[in-house]
Amino acid sequence: MPKERIPRQEMPRQAPEERRRNFEEVALGYTLEQALTEAQRCLQCKKPQCVEGCPVQVRIPEFIGALRDKEFRRAADLLKDKNNLPAICGRVCPQETQCEARCVLARKEEPVAIGRLERFVADWERQNGVRVPPKAPPSGKRVAVIGAGPAGLTCAGDLARYGHGVTVFEALHAPGGVLMYGIPEFRLPKDVVEAEVEYVRSLGVELRLNWVIGKIKSVHELLEEGFDAVFLGTGAGLPMFMGIPGENLSGVYSANEFLTRNNLMKAYLFPEYDTPIKVGRKVAVVGAGNVAMDASRTALRLGAEEVHIVYRRSRAEVPARKEEFENAEEEGVIVHFLTNPVEVLGNEKGWVRGLRCQRQELGEPDASGRRRPVPIPGSEFDMDVDMVIMALGTRPNPMVFTQSAGLERTRHGTVVADENTGRTKLERVWAGGDIVTGAATVISAMGAGKRAAADIDAYLRGEGNQVWWVEPAATAAS
Amino acid sequence: MYPIVARQDLAPVTKLLVIEAPEVACKAQPGQFVIIIVEEHGERIPLTIADYDRRAGTVTLIFQEVGKTTRLLGTKKPGDELFAFTGPLGLPTEIENYGTVLCIGGGVGIAPVFPIARALKEAGNRVISIIGARTKDLLFWEDRMRGVSDELVVTTDDGSYGRKALVTVPEKEILESGEPVKRIWAIGPAIMMKFVSLTSRPFEVKTIVSLNSIMVDGTGMCGACRVEVGGKTRFVCVDGPEFDGHEVNWDLLMERQRIYLDEEKRALARFEEMCPSCRGEQH
Repeated sequence: MPKERIPRQEMPRQAPEERRRNFEEVALGYTLEQALTEAQRCLQCKKPQCVEGCPVQVRIPEFIGALRDKEFRRAADLLKDKNNLPAICGRVCPQETQCEARCVLARKEEPVAIGRLERFVADWERQNGVRVPPKAPPSGKRVAVIGAGPAGLTCAGDLARYGHGVTVFEALHAPGGVLMYGIPEFRLPKDVVEAEVEYVRSLGVELRLNWVIGKIKSVHELLEEGFDAVFLGTGAGLPMFMGIPGENLSGVYSANEFLTRNNLMKAYLFPEYDTPIKVGRKVAVVGAGNVAMDASRTALRLGAEEVHIVYRRSRAEVPARKEEFENAEEEGVIVHFLTNPVEVLGNEKGWVRGLRCQRQELGEPDASGRRRPVPIPGSEFDMDVDMVIMALGTRPNPMVFTQSAGLERTRHGTVVADENTGRTKLERVWAGGDIVTGAATVISAMGAGKRAAADIDAYLRGEGNQVWWVEPAATAAS
Repeated sequence: MYPIVARQDLAPVTKLLVIEAPEVACKAQPGQFVIIIVEEHGERIPLTIADYDRRAGTVTLIFQEVGKTTRLLGTKKPGDELFAFTGPLGLPTEIENYGTVLCIGGGVGIAPVFPIARALKEAGNRVISIIGARTKDLLFWEDRMRGVSDELVVTTDDGSYGRKALVTVPEKEILESGEPVKRIWAIGPAIMMKFVSLTSRPFEVKTIVSLNSIMVDGTGMCGACRVEVGGKTRFVCVDGPEFDGHEVNWDLLMERQRIYLDEEKRALARFEEMCPSCRGEQH
């Protein structure tokens, strides 16, 4: 082991001026040399904190150790022991707040680039042939998983490895959920998603596309028709709007629509693909989360001359990953802090011609702990834009709840479920991911899918807690 | 993949396809729609369900060839397959015994009005129907509509068949005649539904329309289909497709239907260029 300090290896990226006009992946991935050098930085801690920071408990030091020893196959097997979707996680996980935040090196220098190494190993495996791991003998039990997004795919993959028969029902014509419709190609290439979905399928998971549960079948019908358990992983797909005048003008998109057209339907390849998309000359994107970054960077790539992010709080409160926010700024996205839209202005043809905004100042902290933006009276001004994209967040889609008596929901539309097991108030129905938490991250949804799979497995084998629901108060008393 | 099991050319530009989709057929109800993708690189388009056969496991779609996607769909025949077929989506029609009801279908809108009229008839209503089209060639299912209606009026704009009138003319006459019409259903082009609603408004007869806005996912995810009804924003895909015609902001609906007009023209021109034989089928 070399004693001299090795610096954290930078990830090669496309230059901003180049990438802002193409849809190819921005981060290019480590070379072999970079990966091996970075792997040497890992101290191989006996009690690795990084693993504690990972929602799916990836065996981080072990896979990095195998990589360092150039045992690539073993590194991949170790990685996939806990993570069914590593090439995805290596690209879109917020490692800086999870595994890498716990890295011992982070106390003195920069943490090991765990995410980049994960990506390297996963990409190596994809290029060198994916191996299907051994599975438990068939249990004879069947589980229905609703939604083929991060939570559902993770849950399905684990359940298949536990030996259960798994059918995933997906409403769209392609599996992947937000990985397909939400996250753009330049951040997460769709062939990467397709390959990892294929891996889940190779574990024996059956995928049924174009099945809208809640319409074609209810949760109760699935249970009556022979499924022993149901996992709800339908995410948070219902877009929110501001409720301001002019929001239904032509040229106002929800980020969901704009991104779905572009990513899932590949509108950026129109007319090779049939789905059209509009892009304004000057585009305003309202919000500053990861979805707002994706939407604004997509608008640039589609040819917008100017893209403005309009955010009612300040830089310190930006909810997007730092890296994505920096990427957006580097590419030329103009950010307006402490600015809140009050009206979308239209022309005589019903098209957007401007966005009326009001300046804000920060007041006392609100329920989220962030300082609340307070409008400054008389500070209204008009932004000259011809397209507005609302990226204000999403809520769970209520459709799955049709005819599902017994499923309890919160006033935010999320489903009530036990945090550790994913059990809902309805017996034999589990839930995890954004449908429980509201819009969150890919990896937190995967963690929930994984925990639910473990509990489903135990429950179906007659192990673990066979008392379906224990009120939190009762748990505390016991 | 979803196999096409039958096809019928109802008019030069109006085609009927029967699709094998047993689970959808099993749950389909009047008023609902499906989202289809014709071929792999295609767009998702909503089509209202014209009929379904639970025993045969099939769903019938009727469409008019207007743009690239529907033109391509019009080239499909039994033995071909659709890339995607999702449904049944949207809320079903509220069927009950209202007494006397009026069902109005315009152009390709005759197709989705048929299962509604049939269900209303089965529920015990006295069903008066009006079907109309620009010209004789665009009319279809007169016999089927007659079979589920107590009275049927047929109109064409140009007088080439039936009565020379817009559907709103007999609508107004029926409402004025003292027929105790309790509810009206109108499905057709937005402009027709707007005027049917305007005609019925003074008579204070609730008028249900089925809106055909632009959609992508059809499950409440994107908001492309949003409309204003009674001053509130609603999603056609999950809150509709049926709404109270007296409450719909028609001008907004029609503006939003035109968003991709340029792209639609471009796609169609490209399709015709690549598929010269398809042009030949047009009249």
